[in-house]
Amino acid sequence: MSVRLKIFSAMQQIAEEQKVTLPQLQDDLSLHETGFDSLAFAILVARLEDELGVDPFTLAEDAAFPLTIGDFVRAYENVPA
Amino acid sequence: MSPREVFALRDYLSPDLTGRTISDARHSVSLSGILQQTCLIDRWRELSGRSVLLSTSGQLLAALAMIELDGVARRLLLCPPDLKDDHIQTLINDADIDAIVTDQPLRWSNAGVYLIVGACLPERARAKPRTERATEWLMLTSGTSGAPKIVGHTLEGLTGAIGTDAPARGDGAVWATFYDIRRYGGLQIFLRAVIGGGSIVLSEPGEPLADHVARLSARGVTHISGTPSHWRKLLMSGAASSFSPRYVRLSGEIADQAVLDGLAQAFPNASIGHAYASTEAGVGFAVNDGRAGFPAGLIGQNRDGVEMKVVDGSLRIRSKRTAHAYIGANAAALTDADGFVDTGDMVELRDDRYYFVGRRGGIINIGGLKVHPEEIEAVINRHADVRMSRARSRKSPITGAIVVADVVLANGTDASRSEAIAREILSVCRAALPAHKVPATIRFVEQLDVTPAGKLARADA
Repeated sequence: MSVRLKIFSAMQQIAEEQKVTLPQLQDDLSLHETGFDSLAFAILVARLEDELGVDPFTLAEDAAFPLTIGDFVRAYENVPA
Repeated sequence: MSPREVFALRDYLSPDLTGRTISDARHSVSLSGILQQTCLIDRWRELSGRSVLLSTSGQLLAALAMIELDGVARRLLLCPPDLKDDHIQTLINDADIDAIVTDQPLRWSNAGVYLIVGACLPERARAKPRTERATEWLMLTSGTSGAPKIVGHTLEGLTGAIGTDAPARGDGAVWATFYDIRRYGGLQIFLRAVIGGGSIVLSEPGEPLADHVARLSARGVTHISGTPSHWRKLLMSGAASSFSPRYVRLSGEIADQAVLDGLAQAFPNASIGHAYASTEAGVGFAVNDGRAGFPAGLIGQNRDGVEMKVVDGSLRIRSKRTAHAYIGANAAALTDADGFVDTGDMVELRDDRYYFVGRRGGIINIGGLKVHPEEIEAVINRHADVRMSRARSRKSPITGAIVVADVVLANGTDASRSEAIAREILSVCRAALPAHKVPATIRFVEQLDVTPAGKLARADA
């Protein structure tokens, strides 16, 4: 499974748990529009760290938090292996 | 007017009750004949009026020395086995120690204390000590960080709850505890055995649980106490089936409904009680109705002379059983101006019952919302497949922290079921807790560490 698919699958899982209805996930969707609150994103980042072994937002000190789904996925894709 | 009569441990050890013993895994000593014997090679005289630090490798010698020195020494500082060498000099200074009783003289040869008295298994005494004074009992707090604090008690205060929640003298109770008797919870059991006219079976560090339980059964243990963590480990081990105590007691940690129910199931013929006690606050109360928490009616003044109130969410206790002071040059005040000890244990009122929710210092802050790990664990432990759990904080770049949980399953980790169980646990949590208290992740582990004081180890707390 690609990083992108893993992220989408984790988001769908959390949406189900938090009773959030996710819109269609696409690159230009703003994170705000996902309906996720900061707790949901915190859970997402923790679970992705367990699954992918990386937390790009803690790793880079100057990392600006992404604004869109596309930014979010790229943050994970761009982490040096 | 004569001074008030002082009782010491020896006054509860008259030889009229026969068959009483104190034992560990290697030795059994008769308590019925103990007053004719000495474990200090008759050197108790030199310790009269001294501030004695008691440090022995095992609990048996410590128990015998306590019996011999109570009423003789001015002070008796009980050193638990995990005392760190770094803290020794401070303790000696703060407690004004001028004698050491030990079976490890080499460890203490550089402590700067001139009088070192060896402790050994009892032999016939030439002369019996007499009760000369009320010895001050000093115990160490079991906090995980920093130097332990020295807490001062009297025997009268330490034994204040005995009689209200212990069997009648002479009913042949055989006590045991998973605690070390040099800590408050364990000392309570030792004192119950001595004062109640019974026997006691001591724990042995490193002894496999199954061997320990076999020893408890063989010695006919009727009354036994431990922390909920101790009990969860026993329930997990499968060793409980061969053991049938009459009284099972929990203290030292929050007894949640799951562990109470688990014990009721494992020991159908036992009465099961959970007690609230701490080194500083002494024994507050015992609850015997099989339910977690305690009746709201206990708040206020109760019949045993214990007064409790809740201020800013934490339980405060005033009674004759509390310690009288922290000991040392820069020691903080132990009570507030009105004599109440702030226990730091947070409680919540629900349906006319108070429930412990956690320690004030253990709060996890999730983006400004607060949670006690213990309240999450109590919910996770309700799941039938869970035996033990630990909620802890995990750093988050988004909210500062989130809560995650480590879980031990009752029947070992079963990879095929673990995903389903994790989902079930999360759904139990979501039904019972607000969103920020629901663990973000569930990790299954083989075991969780327990501190030497019998409490769940909380490294990050």
